[in-house]
Amino acid sequence: MFRRLPSADAGARLRLTIDGVAVELRAGETVAAALFLAGSKAGRTTPVSGTPRGPYCMMGVCFDCLVQIDGEGNRQACMIEAREGMVVTRQMGARALGGKAES
Amino acid sequence: MTERFELAIVGAGPAGMAAALEAKARGLSAVVLDEQPRPGGQIYRRAEARDARLEAALGAEYAHGMALTEKFLAGGVAYRPNTTLWDLSPELRLSVLRDNRAGEIDAAHVILATGAMERPVPVRGWILPGAMSVGAAQILLKTTGAVPDKPAVLAGSGPLLYLLAAQYLAAGVEVRALVETQPGANYRAAAPYLLPALWQRKLLLKGAAMLRDLRKHGVKRWQGASSLAVEGNDACTALTFAVNGKRERIETELVLLHEGVIPNVHVTMAINGGHDWDATQLCWRPRLDAWGATSVDGVSVAGDGGGIWGAEAAEHTGRIAALGAAQRLGKISEEARDRAASHARASLARLRGARQFLDLLYKPAPGQRLPPDDVIVCRCEEVTAGTLREVARIGAIGLTQAKTYTRCGMGPCQGRMCGPTVAALVADERKMPEASVPPYRPRAPYKPVTIGALAAAVDADTPPPDASAGAH
Repeated sequence: MFRRLPSADAGARLRLTIDGVAVELRAGETVAAALFLAGSKAGRTTPVSGTPRGPYCMMGVCFDCLVQIDGEGNRQACMIEAREGMVVTRQMGARALGGKAES
Repeated sequence: MTERFELAIVGAGPAGMAAALEAKARGLSAVVLDEQPRPGGQIYRRAEARDARLEAALGAEYAHGMALTEKFLAGGVAYRPNTTLWDLSPELRLSVLRDNRAGEIDAAHVILATGAMERPVPVRGWILPGAMSVGAAQILLKTTGAVPDKPAVLAGSGPLLYLLAAQYLAAGVEVRALVETQPGANYRAAAPYLLPALWQRKLLLKGAAMLRDLRKHGVKRWQGASSLAVEGNDACTALTFAVNGKRERIETELVLLHEGVIPNVHVTMAINGGHDWDATQLCWRPRLDAWGATSVDGVSVAGDGGGIWGAEAAEHTGRIAALGAAQRLGKISEEARDRAASHARASLARLRGARQFLDLLYKPAPGQRLPPDDVIVCRCEEVTAGTLREVARIGAIGLTQAKTYTRCGMGPCQGRMCGPTVAALVADERKMPEASVPPYRPRAPYKPVTIGALAAAVDADTPPPDASAGAH
């Protein structure tokens, strides 16, 4: 849905993965930005109805950007800056507790 | 570990940064906590990462924000980014969460500079990926230099709609269309306030320039649109709306929605401060005295969290709140406080002159706040407008009752995204003035906290318990 302006292509680069696929970012950019630049429209499905959702507010209010980061669920992708080697997993349904999915 | 400061400021936007610099100048020991990783608030988001071309697209106000942010960072005030306030006790103990670890700060005075949030826009399909807020798209522009890869439709009401469109055009990005929802009656209601707004010529000229820009680039503007609906199964494919008695449809993968901004009153509501209903801005505002003090002893509010006046005004209210705190804590006399605040007060009066005009012009249409029955209002618990109307009919007279009946407001956003709509629906269904519908009463934790984060703080603070204790 989003692309980067050529003028914004400066800065130290880092790589994280989203569902195993590598995404290149600049230092200071958020995990939610990574989702958009990687072409993921939805970062999760809801625990209530299982329908897909993507980041809505980008400022920590709506909690629709929840993903799993480095094994921890329910992390707000829009509030967390990407770090080299971060492992991001889209969160399907309720968050996983202790590495196991809740049903 | 508990830290102590004379003044704790929550939020590092224009109000918080200005308050911190003023407090420092008056000899207060101050700390600024901010949820975001970088200072600037939402308006000057990532303003310290200079990029000349992006700066040109974002405009002169953003350059001012960069200067303020640099001054703040160089000012020597204790600054804690990535730090979320989750409880504020009557003794002014702030419970915070930083890097997933809990901590505490004691203060003699607290300034809440928690700013504004966009008013939720509960139209059909607003929960679909590909529908997001105009502010969210602007944050992506500021922080990442990211723009829509296919032309987006901007829909709703308010200056931010034109601002983002103008910023996209300046960056060479095509805009598909603007679908404007402010009713024609707004123009008549706002007209008498145009004259006082002329004191703010700069602002009005900027608005006129943005509209000229849209025309020059041939961006289609639909005016007086209503009953917006985002179409799609798993993601947005089109926006449909009624205009001039017909239904129009624009195919697009990205719909950006906006109906103005409202004060973020979560904390002032949680600490049981007094609030007043603002019938023009259609939102609750904390009741403040001339120095930004709330009805709760030792707690002040600065910036848009006290009512929407914009970023420039936020710097002035930040300074005024810091001067009020300095006097209250015995650092300066009343005379010195009053003298130091006189310039900020004069600027505020000038800035507020234009606000009534803008507020009336872009006041949300009733239909944008009262969605049809099938629309999901509470995004977290997926409660529809129809369900909420039904519980209002059978006896829910306020948001607490609606919550008990339906679970609305009980998800992770804690009612931030549904509160305004649930209140509007209850008021409409029960034929009550909105001012008399009791809002949600937020409780700590203000943002979700894990048991692990609390435990991590205890681990760091206390020696391990005596192993034999469990045997008794």
